[in-house]
Amino acid sequence: MRARVLVRPKQGILDPQGQAVERALPALGFQGVSNVHIGRVIELDVDDPERLPEICEQLLANPLIEEYEIEEEEEAPARP
Amino acid sequence: MRFGVVRFPGSCDEVDALDAARRVGEAELLWHADRDLHGVDAVIVPGGFSYGDYLRAGAIARFAPVMEEVAEFAQAGGLVLGICNGFQVLCEAGLLPGALLPNTSLRFVFRQVALEVADAQTPFTRACAPGQRLSIPVKHTTGRFYSPDPVHVVLRYAAGENPNGSQDDIAGICNEAGNVFGLMPHPEHAVDQLTGSTDGLKIFESIRAHVADRVPV
Repeated sequence: MRARVLVRPKQGILDPQGQAVERALPALGFQGVSNVHIGRVIELDVDDPERLPEICEQLLANPLIEEYEIEEEEEAPARP
Repeated sequence: MRFGVVRFPGSCDEVDALDAARRVGEAELLWHADRDLHGVDAVIVPGGFSYGDYLRAGAIARFAPVMEEVAEFAQAGGLVLGICNGFQVLCEAGLLPGALLPNTSLRFVFRQVALEVADAQTPFTRACAPGQRLSIPVKHTTGRFYSPDPVHVVLRYAAGENPNGSQDDIAGICNEAGNVFGLMPHPEHAVDQLTGSTDGLKIFESIRAHVADRVPV
């Protein structure tokens, strides 16, 4: 199965990357954008999707500082 | 006494750590793939970019075979010192509480900082006076300590010196048992007047004194 894991900083943890982007947007003429947070996306093919939470807890995210979300896709898209 | 310094692919401060340790005792390298600590009295997890710091700093190094041995060694009360990337590895491995986040400045900081000894009773600081100031360099991008729970603080950045936005100016902490210590500053880079300070030696002298007390020769 193809899965996508979204990892982002936990609520309440200062995210200087998000802040930097938020500060840059008005300078480019984009007003009215707030609460910017930056995380990462990990895409993977996994034989046993039931193990995904364990994989996330142990390696893909650090649960102390990050939260994660697992999105499952039906078909594995062809990748070059 | 004998120190063991772990070398991961991507470590870069292990040679300075060896040199610093050899100023107070003997020292040898331990390879990340080994499951043997060679009977050393204390383990140093050095700075650098273990496994390239892919994913998160320290996240992959904690799965190295040698880390299982380090965890067992720590469980049995052995002294473990994690410096910079080594601190990150020990937090990721759960041997120390908390985590290291990117500096609030998002910049790599590389400078001498003033530290204050918050606890001079630990095996790693017993050669210091309480509140003593130490001048030791930092060099990191991911050094902002964070813990949702109270921790045992050993070293703090002096007022106005916090280089990374670390919670409560925390520079170094130990575990509850007091035998595992992690810090972002690099004591191994402050052992010779050539680089401006020898304050880092205090950490290595403390470890030597602690081991000497525990194992009478």
